[in-house]
Amino acid sequence: MKSKTVAIHIVLILGAVIMVVPFLWMISTAGKTFAESVMVPPVLFPKSFQWSNFSSVINKFPFITFYINTFLMCIGRVVCSVLFSAMAAYACARLEFPGRDLFFGLVLLQMMIPSQIFIVPQYLLTQKLNLLDTIPALMIPGLVSAFGTFLLRQFFKGLPKELEEAAKLDGCNIWQTFVKIMLPLAKSGLISLAIFTSLFAFKDLMWPLIVNRSIDKMTLSSGLASLQGQYGTNYPELMAASLLGIWPMVVLFILFQKRFVEGISSTGSKL
Amino acid sequence: MIRALKEKYKTEQVFWGVIFIAPTLIGLIMLNLKPAVDTIILSFQKSTGFGNQIWTGLDNYRRMFHDVEVWQAVGNTFIYALLTVPAIIILSLLVAVLLNQKIKGISIYRTIYFLPVVSTPAAVAMVWKWLYNSDYGLINFLLSKLGIQGPNWLTNPHTALLAVAIVGIWSAVGYNMILFLAGLQEIPKDFYESARIDGASPAKQFFSITIPLISPTLFFVTVTTIISSMQVFDLIFMMIDTTNIVMPKTQSLIYLFYKQSFILNDKGYGAAIVVLLLVIIMFFTAIQLIAQKKWVHY
Repeated sequence: MKSKTVAIHIVLILGAVIMVVPFLWMISTAGKTFAESVMVPPVLFPKSFQWSNFSSVINKFPFITFYINTFLMCIGRVVCSVLFSAMAAYACARLEFPGRDLFFGLVLLQMMIPSQIFIVPQYLLTQKLNLLDTIPALMIPGLVSAFGTFLLRQFFKGLPKELEEAAKLDGCNIWQTFVKIMLPLAKSGLISLAIFTSLFAFKDLMWPLIVNRSIDKMTLSSGLASLQGQYGTNYPELMAASLLGIWPMVVLFILFQKRFVEGISSTGSKL
Repeated sequence: MIRALKEKYKTEQVFWGVIFIAPTLIGLIMLNLKPAVDTIILSFQKSTGFGNQIWTGLDNYRRMFHDVEVWQAVGNTFIYALLTVPAIIILSLLVAVLLNQKIKGISIYRTIYFLPVVSTPAAVAMVWKWLYNSDYGLINFLLSKLGIQGPNWLTNPHTALLAVAIVGIWSAVGYNMILFLAGLQEIPKDFYESARIDGASPAKQFFSITIPLISPTLFFVTVTTIISSMQVFDLIFMMIDTTNIVMPKTQSLIYLFYKQSFILNDKGYGAAIVVLLLVIIMFFTAIQLIAQKKWVHY
């Protein structure tokens, strides 16, 4: 190997160690007894891995419920925002109708405004609809997506027009063309948006924290926050809980790595 | 007139166009446009309990301009942005450039650097809080091996914000690295070939080929990183306890907004704080949109 390649690997490995050590420490601590966790100098490997830390946090906190709630929140947001964004994006990319540019201006405006400015009125709306402390409340801010509309519009604009014209000649109306021709062609864009939407819903903390305060309506994020509030110093259990909180998205990422990377790459081309 | 319009817009397209945008349009109006206006209105009001609001004009703003806590939070937000934004941009660009070379194990590196991005901030914050622990934490243990007495990271007013910023950087590098990598892969390899033949050093190649050609990505990453660092909340919420004495030295504007709106239930004052943040973000975004004409090449 050339010395340049070696130097590159050294820098990258150093960075990778910094990236991965917190996760390894999480795993190691999750397997320790409380006494081991507070030893000086720190114990790197627990004598025997304490799986009981996991069962103990699952007994104290309804993790299964957190998984279900988080899953339902992600599914609700993904289905609504991907479908609605695809429709709006196709209209903006290919159809001519009055008010189109005004609508797209609204989409761009939404993307430029920090989302916290919407939160209090969204909360009050949820309250008015009597949805506080329910699963649908978790979905509310993500039902439509300006970002998704923007992303998919770029995508539709890049598709060739010939197929739509052929569909038209075959007697398809606009809805049929959209569903039968355009949606299948936009599959990779739709998947990117779905991944993106679920990743951000999964990581969202403030919204689930304010709308759902009963423990059985919390998501993984807000559940972990409330767990820390109650068991702030038992680190083996907190680390076991953290692992329970991060594994689903890590597994999804490892399985669909290429999609994640493509999805994110497609967002950074232009502002 | 009507005929001219009819010629411009075909009826079928108008019909389906309106139907297609309807859900998103209604959603954006109900969930974003109206709430934005409502927040601004709310910032001129005071809650009198039981959901009643009275108009108080500029009172919230007047109070804000004399509130030391708000100015401290503005300062904290700026310091956090200054600590994180340059580091995130430089490190993610560096990693992307290195991963863009012909080396082995690219996908393994990419996976590892991306792991923090898919981890929920609540869990990330907890493990870092544990790493920073002054008595049993791994960081101070490693520092002690080097003969350095580590500080009480999260309770020392001089280090708390830095400690949170380090986690912010660690969490964001992977994401922006992917964006840069996508930009770098679009640069034709023969640009570098001909530069090499002309005898340009790697540094010269970087500044006269790489930087100009990825300037649209660099611009995008800069704008979005500044915006998101100014909205920092999760890490502060998770890592700094409400009773921690360093809270005034670390709380960001969004944290203060959250506290006023949902803990102290003064939604009018909270609204004024978030409007202030909106103005600050708009100001910085506008400056960058003007400045980009000088350095971004599309």
